Amino acid sequence: MTGKGREPRAADDPDMPAGGDEAEYAEALVAGFRATSGGVTARFAAPQARIVRDLVGQIAVLVGDDSPGGEQDELAVELRLSDSTELPDDPVLARLLPDGYTEDPEAAVEFRRYTEQGLRDGKVAAARTVLETLPDRGGRIRLTEADARAWLRALNDVRLALGVRLGVTDDFDEQSSEIDPGDPRSAYVWVYHWLAYLQESLVDALS
Amino acid sequence: MSLAPAEVERSETDEKAIPDMPWVTIVWNDPVNLMKYVTYVFQTVFGYPKPKAEELMLDVHHKGKAVVSAGAREAMERDAETLHGYGLWATVSHDS
Repeated sequence: MTGKGREPRAADDPDMPAGGDEAEYAEALVAGFRATSGGVTARFAAPQARIVRDLVGQIAVLVGDDSPGGEQDELAVELRLSDSTELPDDPVLARLLPDGYTEDPEAAVEFRRYTEQGLRDGKVAAARTVLETLPDRGGRIRLTEADARAWLRALNDVRLALGVRLGVTDDFDEQSSEIDPGDPRSAYVWVYHWLAYLQESLVDALS
Repeated sequence: MSLAPAEVERSETDEKAIPDMPWVTIVWNDPVNLMKYVTYVFQTVFGYPKPKAEELMLDVHHKGKAVVSAGAREAMERDAETLHGYGLWATVSHDS
């Protein structure tokens, strides 16, 4: 696990818009979520909103599209049974859809058969909630508690996926500062830290 | 369909029955999940008070894993499934 999401600095963001609205952008960046009487609220600048929508959308495609197609019988579909019996090859999917047993391969197969489709559906539904509540242009959003809980899980899924792709380990804070700015991953390191900050502010707002 | 994973309600009789129940749910440490989020998940899923949820979270963090619930096998599978919905890696094990 990891401790606190670092407060992001606008100057670190390669997507920071040039021109007069840096201060406004920086304010939206570090404000995160907060609880109000009208629900949980946050403000997103357009580039931030696009980053979140892009990554959350990728999770929905990854988790949603890979589910078994038309070969299942109707009863299996109705019972939400999955054709999958093995841990997915893609390490990101393997992290999002993990085994339920480590010591008993047969039990792991059965567990996956009965739970994987529902797990995929839940993750896609959470991603959809984010896409439906966060406009592409950004702005201030207000979430009901149910939507905020879906956001929390969707942001976590994105961070898990980025964590796998970036090779995050327990000492990633020191490690990430060593990533060369020319490395294509460096922009996502910044996003990873920003999403941690955002997610933590959402946990605080819901607590 | 509800977006939220099913939340398992615990009765006091469940708590008392724990020592006799041979099945457990284990949560494994990972470098990505936030400590505060994991505490929140334990509170939300199990209804544990914050101090207990924090203690379990720290157990996972420092020892690499922790038993977060114990009981009948089917209940442990539901717990693991719910925790997977929150992005925690949980497994079911026979506590021998």
